[in-house]
Amino acid sequence: MTPQDIFKKLQAKFGAEAIFDLHEDPKKDKDPWFQCAPYSFEDVGTFLRDDPETLFDYMECLTGTDYLKENQIHVTWHLYSYPLKHRVVIKCFLPREDAAMPTMVDVWPVSNWQERECFDLLGVLFEGHPDLRRLLLPDDWEGHPLRKDYGEKDDYHGIPTTRPNPLELFKIGVPGKDASKGAPS
Amino acid sequence: MSNLLKPAATGLDARYGDDEGSVLNTRVDQMVNWLLNWGRSNSVWYLLFGLACCAIELMQTGGPRADLERFGSAPRPSPRSSDLIIVAGTLTYKMALRVKRLFDQMSEPRYVISMGSCSNCGGLFQYAYSVCKGVDQIIPVDVYVPGCPPRPEALLEGLLKIQDKIKGEKYLQKRYGVATA
Amino acid sequence: MSDLIFTNEMDEEMTLNMGPHHPSTHGVLRFIVYTDGEIIRKAVPDVGYLHRSIEKIGERCTYPGFMPYTDRVDYLAAMFANECWAAACEKLMDIQVPPRAQYLRVMSCELNRIASHMISLGAMAMDVGAVTPFPYTLREREFVNDFIEELCGARLTYNYHRIGGVSFDYPMGWDTKVLKWIDHFEPTLDEFDRLITMNDIYVKRLANVAVITKDEAVAFGLVGPNIRASGLDWDLRKQDAYSVYPKLEFEVPLGKGKMGTVGDSWDRFVVRVEECRESCKILRQCFEQIKEWPEDDVVGELPKKMKPEGEAYARVESARGDMGCYVIGQGKEEPYRVRFRTGSFNAMGIIEAKSQGLFLADLVALIASLDVVAPEIDR
Repeated sequence: MTPQDIFKKLQAKFGAEAIFDLHEDPKKDKDPWFQCAPYSFEDVGTFLRDDPETLFDYMECLTGTDYLKENQIHVTWHLYSYPLKHRVVIKCFLPREDAAMPTMVDVWPVSNWQERECFDLLGVLFEGHPDLRRLLLPDDWEGHPLRKDYGEKDDYHGIPTTRPNPLELFKIGVPGKDASKGAPS
Repeated sequence: MSNLLKPAATGLDARYGDDEGSVLNTRVDQMVNWLLNWGRSNSVWYLLFGLACCAIELMQTGGPRADLERFGSAPRPSPRSSDLIIVAGTLTYKMALRVKRLFDQMSEPRYVISMGSCSNCGGLFQYAYSVCKGVDQIIPVDVYVPGCPPRPEALLEGLLKIQDKIKGEKYLQKRYGVATA
Repeated sequence: MSDLIFTNEMDEEMTLNMGPHHPSTHGVLRFIVYTDGEIIRKAVPDVGYLHRSIEKIGERCTYPGFMPYTDRVDYLAAMFANECWAAACEKLMDIQVPPRAQYLRVMSCELNRIASHMISLGAMAMDVGAVTPFPYTLREREFVNDFIEELCGARLTYNYHRIGGVSFDYPMGWDTKVLKWIDHFEPTLDEFDRLITMNDIYVKRLANVAVITKDEAVAFGLVGPNIRASGLDWDLRKQDAYSVYPKLEFEVPLGKGKMGTVGDSWDRFVVRVEECRESCKILRQCFEQIKEWPEDDVVGELPKKMKPEGEAYARVESARGDMGCYVIGQGKEEPYRVRFRTGSFNAMGIIEAKSQGLFLADLVALIASLDVVAPEIDR
């Protein structure tokens, strides 16, 4: 089934508040995608996995992207079906301040670690997740690095985060025409 | 004789210390010093500390073609029984605390080779938020081997430089004396 | 003797740390193991010791300039990561790759697959206790390193593929050298089989250990040789063929449970040995078929400035399974978001579930047979 057929089928079943906004511009969206309301994604996912026409048993990739200007975080789910060999891309738009959506661990167990990584790097809370804690960064790290407004601290437990450029240590002050200037740039 | 009773420094101070408290006065002492250094330099056992890509090149250097073990360096899994730690790979902040712990467990005299750009200075990850920019921010380094990853021949050159360093040490000076605080 | 008191101290549970520095974790991985000394109740993996924030760096680099960083996503199979990034950018910007470049990509990738499997098989044998096969595989890998060095200049992190093709054509005389080596390599694989794969002790050590059924493998998102060993006939080179794979004839080895059950650790080992043989077949065919394309036509037509808008997801069949790259562009010279989805990341999720009831030594066999590497997990 093409993504457009899947879109129509889902919209017929779940209504236009849950499934909407199909993007299929071949110049920009190489894989057509549509949006899903975050809190109905659990039902949509279970339906997609179990229905004999779709059979999406493989959750390929879970990506979180931060959009500072629109004040949203987009969570993108790439789904694939081994028996029927088709794929679909679904996005959930979450508000940036309070990014939360239900977990999909019961539907696809592979989402366990992918959701933990999304939480670690972007701060998206997955409600109902059995063990939501930091995965890739140390447990006492502050902030969510993949956000666009992440500011790096100056040191971590006393270890400085930048290294002085060795070329700058060797600048020689030339007493030229202007004696107040230090180094040649 | 009063020289012998004076407390001598141990550790890094003794290696770079001056001749005060030196016991290498006679030919015999110098011969013994040379012999001990020769023995130590030809059996530098290294700690298998591979973190990232340079670890694969470290394994290849220990492999059949560029054989690291023909210089007497056997790989050791435990820090307590090794003289040399070859930090091969990128050091992240999460790992930095563990590196310090491992280095503290090694007994002196101990040496550090920093292998590859990532452990020399952070490498190509200068803009990474989670990478420590150089292992020498955590432990003192003796030899830096550049490369990304360095060829096995480059690492062998680094090991030979450590051997030269060991041969130039005043090893006997440390045997007589009490450790200062 | 009546003063002796016996307590059940042997039944207390311990929390052991198989720490990030350990000779048998593949890269820096840490496992917190709850065990009574021999049987494991739970083994919780702790990763992130090699998190090099490659995805964040992707937002600072230009599209072509990000290629060296993709090598470090999986340094053992760097050609595949290069190809994945190049394929994602080509899909995003609608760039065509000339056929000679496609053949060169396939050849370099299959050589890299052999090199990666050599390390994986040798390390797996070493973890289980057999130290001898590791130098055998390292010796073969040295030859492959030499060939790739003649092709692109580097031994480990290649930076060979470019967006639109590859960087260099192969030098004169390279094809005879590689073909001669393949003639030497295939009997070496048979010797390797006699040494370790069919070795009685090795088989007894690995057969029926940590069996992963097909449904579990699909649910937990395993890919690559892991899922083929569990019986699912899935190889991206056949099912969703990209590049010139439709023109090449090869088989996909599956786990058959010859020495135990389908999906045990021995199956995962033997699937990789068979894949090396298939790669040799593919290489021979590529050398035949590349002759009909003109030399030095290795990069396609590129746009003047790479400022694409939109998003694309591309997959390749890497040595560790299918690796996907998702890139979002917003009209600037740097991508807006880069995401790599790797096979080892999913494989870590299954270790906690499968580790219950295993012996401590079998946990090492399980981790080694899944062929996880730290850079793929942490990126």
